[in-house]
Amino acid sequence: MHQNKNIALFLPCYVDQFYPNVGIATIQLLEKLGCKVSFPMDQTCCGQPMANAGYERDTVGTAKHFIKTFKDFDYIVAPSGSCVLHVKEHSPSIQGFETEQAAMHHKIFELTEFLVDVLRVGPIKGSYPHKVGFHSSCHGQRGLRLSASSELNEPPFNKAKQLLEGLEGLEWVELDRKDECCGFGGTFAVTEEALSIQMGKDRLADHQKNNVEILAGGDMSCLMHMQGISSRNNNGVKFKHIAEILNEVIR
Amino acid sequence: MNHPEKAAVFLEDKENAKWHDETLWFVRDKRDVVSKSIPEWEELRETASQIKDNVLSNLDEYLVEFERNALANGIKVHWAKDAEEHNKIVLNILQQNDCKAIVKSKSILTEECHLNQYLEKNGVDVVDTDLGERIVQFLNQPPSHIVLPAIHLKKAQVSDIFHDKLNTEKGNHDPSYLTNAARLHLREKFLAAKVALTGVNFGVAETGEFVVCTNEGNADMGVHLADVHVACMGIEKIIPKREHLGVFLRLLARSATGQSVTNYNSHFRSPAKGKEIHIVLLDNGRTEQLGREKFKNSLKCIRCGACMNTCPIYRRSGGYSYGSVVPGPIGSILSPGIDLKKHSSLPFASTLCGSCSDVCPVKINIHEQLYEWRQEITKAQTSINAKSLAMKFANGIFSVPFAYKLGGSMMRGALKLLPHSITYSNLNTWGKERDLPEVPKESFKDWYKKNKL
Amino acid sequence: MNPSREYILNKIRALRQEVVEAPIIPEFEVAEDLVSTFKISSAANKGEVIDREAFVALLESGQYPRIYSTAKGFESYTNITVPQDPHEFSDLSLAVVEGQFGVAENGAIWLDEENLEFRILPFITEHLVILLDKKKLVGNMHQAYAKIGNTKSGFGLFTAGPSKTADIEQSLVIGAHGAKSLKIVMI
Repeated sequence: MHQNKNIALFLPCYVDQFYPNVGIATIQLLEKLGCKVSFPMDQTCCGQPMANAGYERDTVGTAKHFIKTFKDFDYIVAPSGSCVLHVKEHSPSIQGFETEQAAMHHKIFELTEFLVDVLRVGPIKGSYPHKVGFHSSCHGQRGLRLSASSELNEPPFNKAKQLLEGLEGLEWVELDRKDECCGFGGTFAVTEEALSIQMGKDRLADHQKNNVEILAGGDMSCLMHMQGISSRNNNGVKFKHIAEILNEVIR
Repeated sequence: MNHPEKAAVFLEDKENAKWHDETLWFVRDKRDVVSKSIPEWEELRETASQIKDNVLSNLDEYLVEFERNALANGIKVHWAKDAEEHNKIVLNILQQNDCKAIVKSKSILTEECHLNQYLEKNGVDVVDTDLGERIVQFLNQPPSHIVLPAIHLKKAQVSDIFHDKLNTEKGNHDPSYLTNAARLHLREKFLAAKVALTGVNFGVAETGEFVVCTNEGNADMGVHLADVHVACMGIEKIIPKREHLGVFLRLLARSATGQSVTNYNSHFRSPAKGKEIHIVLLDNGRTEQLGREKFKNSLKCIRCGACMNTCPIYRRSGGYSYGSVVPGPIGSILSPGIDLKKHSSLPFASTLCGSCSDVCPVKINIHEQLYEWRQEITKAQTSINAKSLAMKFANGIFSVPFAYKLGGSMMRGALKLLPHSITYSNLNTWGKERDLPEVPKESFKDWYKKNKL
Repeated sequence: MNPSREYILNKIRALRQEVVEAPIIPEFEVAEDLVSTFKISSAANKGEVIDREAFVALLESGQYPRIYSTAKGFESYTNITVPQDPHEFSDLSLAVVEGQFGVAENGAIWLDEENLEFRILPFITEHLVILLDKKKLVGNMHQAYAKIGNTKSGFGLFTAGPSKTADIEQSLVIGAHGAKSLKIVMI
């Protein structure tokens, strides 16, 4: 039923530049699942770094551009909870595009959310014999509610886990602090450098203590931060975006 | 020093920072366990939040109702528009009673008013009777946490302080021994005080009563022995009805310490025979905050401290790193309303992870307000200081590698749409303790052009 | 008129806020077995539920040199001259009072001024015993406040355990300022 829909891939700007494989994996994965996906070449940064630094009012240009670029698609899918949350919650409202903007909030999805809630993909079959620790990004988890938050009294759920848990040989590792922030936080990573590093180290230590082999996540920004610390300290954990894992196992 | 500088200093002592983080996480964990034993937990939070919505939207009426009922019950009611007036009112009551020494149970509001310093300047000896508060008072420090005032100190440090002040055995670190020493020391103070001061957890408009919650029993030890009880209360602590106490008392201790309820929840309706109760109702910027549509929800706070215990920043930087009376996430949304310039780094002392909003028993959207304060601070930066902190924070944007290392057309495209006020600076901070991602041979766009177009 | 009072009220009124209705507190389910739930809650608070026999044995054990009891049927155990000045309770070993009702979900017991004689009593005593009728248990705090209704006593207290603190390194210590132990006699 989604064959006829036009799906746009929305990539965080740093993913385009540093992690092209994540973009490629996302597009291939969606195609394998029968979707027609295109990548609007005009897209730019969504404006999140500026907005979170206190300059939301100066992102009118990027927000307007975003609407123009994506408004005609049926769905907009991004391998990033954080950017999707920004578009939904922190884009300034754009005069003259109120209808398009409102409509867009219902058709933009983070990747795992799109797979589970729109495509209704069940547990994926395949083999992935690894111990996987999953880093739920805070914006994905507490912003888009992609998984249950440990603070709330709600039944446990995790859209990424739903997709991965059927894989043969995959061991989903539970962490001691299951959803603490990694300390990336955008501009926080440099303005509060000492804290950011400590949080990242603590998060990594939790994964390592629990013998995680592959640290997976839905937001490359968090992974980039932890990978940066991990690689500086030569501690050998591998990092993967969930799109890469899913694309690898689906033939 | 601003927050990042103080946080960096705090983190220098790695072992202590780790201990601080783990100690507070332990409290957060207890809160998680106990809150999950209540099936209706989320419904309770929602109900509490809605009650507070009602309170804030009708505050003037409730204050008048509270005053009327309290007066009818024989309580004396005072109104203070700011800290100065509050302190004068308290001093005046003390002078009328010829009182030179008071015992005081924990009240963050009196910290906000710097009441202790004021009274001491005017010749009144103030003894904080909450154990944690007494400990920090011995050190001339403010509380570092609103519920656990001495959470930053280890027992060996407390032992040294008590050896010095209370003549306990040197090197005896046993918390029971130390607590008992404080018990004996403070009991003398309780027995001697003519006036006792407390904060207020809830004031009930319908009945004119107010409720004070403690675990140690120190508030009650003070007020029932003294002739005069002075209760200091922020105007936002009003709730409409007695039945609403059921909602808040179910949430408060569970959120604060993971207990099902505080040990002592005292309901004061009228003074005992021959005694006096005074209530001081304080504004001190609260009506101002009520007028700020985006921030007024911060007044729902019941001071449980759960947002501090859960905050990954607070746990790793300590209460003093905030430089505000109320530290942590809730402090970071309350303090800028009081002094925007002084506290302009606080809304940036967050990753906006949202954990604070999810633990908050009255569902204050704390992390969203942090985001909104950032917007206000950058707007106000010319008026607060041309080369303000906020600007430095904003400039940090492009020192994150994904932003500054980009030579690709996408970022250039974005940059055209962005203000030039945001400049490239501070570029090396990312790489101090983190490697940069490797730059791949081709960007996604290059790949897409080659393979898909 | 008090100028600050008018200042504060006028500032609020000037905001011309639309009144948001207060919610109706939902009816929540409570535990079926109130007695055992109460006992579990009380133990978690470091209180201890004992029976009448154990209590009488305790009273007669001689370990409490100075006892004051306001509980009906147990007045005779008072072995001190009741003071005029509550400060004189400072060396009281044991206070025995009647609780009006208990709350199963958290082990809290409602004490009203009329059960206390002196407001300071449950705080100043070294040890506290509360008599509680097991038929007078409610499930949760909502039921508790429904039971209190619009009682107009000057002072009321939910007490849930002995005085506690964890202010030194989060180590739990019983007996900060108030009672060092709480025993609940269920009858």
